[in-house]
This record gives sequence, structure tokens and C-alpha cells, in this order.
Amino acid sequence: MTSLLSTVSTICIVVIAISTLFLLYRAIKGPSNPDRAVALDTIGINLMAIAGILAIKLETPYFNDIILLIGILAFIGTVAIAKFLEKGVIIERSRD
Amino acid sequence: MKEVVISIIMLIGTFFLFSGALGVFRLPDVYTRLHAASKSATLGVAGILIAAFLFFIFEAQMVSGKLILGIIFILMTAPVSGHMISRAAYQKGVPLWEKTTRDDLDKAKQKKASTKG
Repeated sequence: MTSLLSTVSTICIVVIAISTLFLLYRAIKGPSNPDRAVALDTIGINLMAIAGILAIKLETPYFNDIILLIGILAFIGTVAIAKFLEKGVIIERSRD
Repeated sequence: MKEVVISIIMLIGTFFLFSGALGVFRLPDVYTRLHAASKSATLGVAGILIAAFLFFIFEAQMVSGKLILGIIFILMTAPVSGHMISRAAYQKGVPLWEKTTRDDLDKAKQKKASTKG
């Protein structure tokens, strides 16, 4: 780990934290519920990026599982929120 | 040299993530915010995961398939989730921006209703 890579990863973590604050404002204030869903989905993607940068900064490959796990959970959560907002139910039973 | 390449790719990814968050913060309605969020967040996180992939190749001589799998997963699922939220917002009647000039889905719905009834 050179000092260049350490400095750049620190800068990237700070910038991504600031952008997550912007998204948090949109998730709290957002005029409608789909706005909040968009902001929470993007916060999940930012968490994946932060885990990737931490894997570089700490020189450990154990964060790679975390990246996949956050991605899958964010996608399933977003799909569930979208179906709930559209129909009022998440798992719909189709009779006949 | 390797560190310079990894740093440049990581800075590009961070720039795209920041611009996507700025778009979600500033744009006027749900549909334009989705446009900003899904595209630039996909590109940004792909850049950062490629940087981590190159770092593990150069530093530990280890090819990490999980990072490539994460990039492919994000590339497949971000448009799907964006489309689902956009469709839910349109069906629930979230208003468009007042300067929007085209609404093709509304036109198609009216055409379908007129042919059916």
C-alpha cells in the first residue's frame, strides 16, 4: 500500500459520504414515496462502493462477499417497495 | 504506475457516484431523479469495483470472481429496479414535472381505451 493509493481512497470515501448525505436528505424530505425508494436504492449502491474502497484500503479480500450481499439485498428491497407501492401487496395470489 | 491507474479509475467511479447523488438531490421530479440515480450510480460502482479487481490482481496475484459477479449483477438489476419504481410511480399518479412535453404512456393508454370501448 503506497501513500498515493491510501490518500486517494480516503478522498473517495469522504466524497461518497457527502453524496450519501445528499441522498439521505432526499430520503427524508422526498415529496412522494417513490422518491424515498429511489434514494434508498442509491444509498445501497453507495454502500457497495464504500465496501469496495475499504477492501482496497485495508488490503483484505473478505469484503467481496459483503459487496455481493449488499447488492442482492438492495435489489430485493427495491423490488418489494415498488410492488407494495403499485398494488398494496408484495406477493400477489392469482386465483383461477 | 499500477497505483496511478487504480487511483484514476477509482476517482472516475467516485465522480460518477457524486454526480448521481447530486442529480437525485437537484432534479425536479421522480422520473428525472431515477434517470440520474440508475445510470450514473451503475457506472460509478462499476468503476470502483474494477479498481478493486485490478488492485487484487496487482497486489495479491488473486483474480476475484466475486467482484466481476458484483459488476454484472449491478448492470442487470439497476435498470430493472429503476423501471419498476418508475412504473409504480406512474400507476399511483405521481405528477410529472410541469415542463414535461411528451407523455407516450398516457397516449397509449387512451388509444387502448378508445379501441376497447
